[in-house]
Amino acid sequence: MTMTQDDLTIADPKMKAEGVNVFYGEKQAINDVSIDVGTDLVTAFIGPSGCGKSTFLRSLNRMNDTVASARVTGTILLDGEDIYAPSMDVVQLRARVGMVFQKPNPFPKSIYDNVAYGPRIHGLAPGKADLDVIVERALVRAGLWEEVKDRLSESGTALSGGQQQRLCIARAIAVDPEVILMDEPCSALDPIATAKIEELIHELRGKYAIVIVTHNMQQAARVSQRTAFFHLGTPVEYGKTTDIFTNPRQERTKDYITGRYG
Amino acid sequence: MNRETAPTDWKGAVMQKRIASRYGAERRFKLFGLGAVLLSGLFLAFLLFVMVGNGLRGFTYTNVEVPIDFKAMPLTVDAARLSDPDADQVIANAGLADIVAFAADEALGTDGAKMISENAWKEVRTQIKADPELLNGKTVFHLPTSSEVDIAAKDGGKGAMGAKVDALEKDGKLSTGIHWPFFKNADATDPAVAGIWGALKGSLLTIFIAFLIAFPTGVLAALYLEEYAPKNRWTDLIEVSINNLAAVPSIIFGLLALAVFINWFGICQASPLVGGLTLALMTMPVIVIASRNAIKSVPPSIRDAALGVGASPVQVVFHHVLPLALPGILTGTIIGMARALGETAPLLLVGMRAFIGDVPGGICSPSTVLPMQIFLWSDEVDRGFVEKTSAAIIVLLIVLLSMNALAIYLRNKFEKRW
Repeated sequence: MTMTQDDLTIADPKMKAEGVNVFYGEKQAINDVSIDVGTDLVTAFIGPSGCGKSTFLRSLNRMNDTVASARVTGTILLDGEDIYAPSMDVVQLRARVGMVFQKPNPFPKSIYDNVAYGPRIHGLAPGKADLDVIVERALVRAGLWEEVKDRLSESGTALSGGQQQRLCIARAIAVDPEVILMDEPCSALDPIATAKIEELIHELRGKYAIVIVTHNMQQAARVSQRTAFFHLGTPVEYGKTTDIFTNPRQERTKDYITGRYG
Repeated sequence: MNRETAPTDWKGAVMQKRIASRYGAERRFKLFGLGAVLLSGLFLAFLLFVMVGNGLRGFTYTNVEVPIDFKAMPLTVDAARLSDPDADQVIANAGLADIVAFAADEALGTDGAKMISENAWKEVRTQIKADPELLNGKTVFHLPTSSEVDIAAKDGGKGAMGAKVDALEKDGKLSTGIHWPFFKNADATDPAVAGIWGALKGSLLTIFIAFLIAFPTGVLAALYLEEYAPKNRWTDLIEVSINNLAAVPSIIFGLLALAVFINWFGICQASPLVGGLTLALMTMPVIVIASRNAIKSVPPSIRDAALGVGASPVQVVFHHVLPLALPGILTGTIIGMARALGETAPLLLVGMRAFIGDVPGGICSPSTVLPMQIFLWSDEVDRGFVEKTSAAIIVLLIVLLSMNALAIYLRNKFEKRW
């Protein structure tokens, strides 16, 4: 793997992947990935469908554990701690590394309960008043508060697609994670809702380390500071977003971002 | 694209014929479907008509006026003992039955004693216990007729008893009313006192036991198999076994229950407990299958969402999967329970086909169930039981329909959309 190592060193990476391979049964889906996720940065994974970028993303909070045949080798560190070590509690890990999915998936519960669910199960709010504060803060940060503050008891599934996705972001934020993984969060949304989510990502940068998988190269260019290009399970190129899009070092990267294949 | 052949003639005769035959097929299909619906509706209407026509007669009974003069025929009992617990025995020993029979002969002419039910004196006894003053004078009692008279009266004076019944009818001595003993008693050899309550209570207790055992085990098994069990040869084997178990003829469960519950564990036979255990065995596979399907239909995105905020697998199951699967699970369970309620064969073998003259007191006392009662009554020689059988069928159908209504209500109540 070729990396544009100069200027890329992140002094204190939030997450650090070293030589990660992911297998589904006999099939290798991810081949030797080493990537650092910076605390104050948005990292984007781009690449054609089936290139393994989502698989890699899901291995960052061990969501792949739910797939019986999935196997991960190599090390992934969160604050220097191996997340696949036996001592790591996967429930706590997923609270610290939150996730937003491709299709908005609010619980069929009220807006309030959607956001309050995480804090409740982790015991983050001792009383109702504290929970109210957490819910409001999460909804404000997700840019949804003004739209829903008068109807918190309505079903989360009654919101529009874009609002549902921001509700899911609020739900992830509510447990105060350190990293937020976003798996193509805008692929089911219209351009206006997409713009809002992108704006939101800008605002959340600095508060959380964000990793986003996207099919949309313009989106990657707009929201991220680091970009990794995956192809057939292999990370072809990883670098500053500006470099990747203006001056790719690899022929394959260049072909992909200019639309020659994908 | 370059065409080698002539352009298709969409308006030509061949095309018109195709269109006509397509429309014909549509019409025929619609007609056949409508015919099938009408036919099944007709069967249902016929069934209900026959049942209700016969059955409603079973809910009423004919009474006859019999004056009894206790001054002329004194019943020598100590008035103080009439409130004792053994008052029934005291009155019986004093010869009330003979007095009532004699009074009936007097009032109704020859064979008068045969025109009232052989249990008619018990009705007199009940009234005496309630009001001991009756023993000091002459009272007109409304006593249940024998089943022959009852049927002749309901048929409008036909049959051997016809003439006598007509005469009584003219004198205004016959009256028809709701047959309360039918709702209060258990089985009896005399249709005048035979009731459905014993079998109904037995059925309810049996179903309750079956539900108590089959529902939690079935749902937990389904949850484990869907959410926790690794997918390997063993779980495949379990799945095949459960599917096969659901298809096993019910009488075999009866044999199994006889061998295991009664012969091995020695659980009280013919009781709602052992009947409920038997039906639980039979229903559990159905509940497992229905629950697994309901759990499968919960979208994986909900599981992902819950796992994504750090819910543990148990929290995912109990906070999200189970509530969303509950309508399906409940519907499946109640339909399984309704099937169990109508089941007779397996209960034959655990002794529930015996004649039980008492309303069951608890889950361990001998009892029968509604379908078994229907079977037993349909086998009776006495014509009075024909309409009792139909009445019992109506009771069973009402119980079944209420259970199905409950299933629909619960499904609508818990159904959530996502």
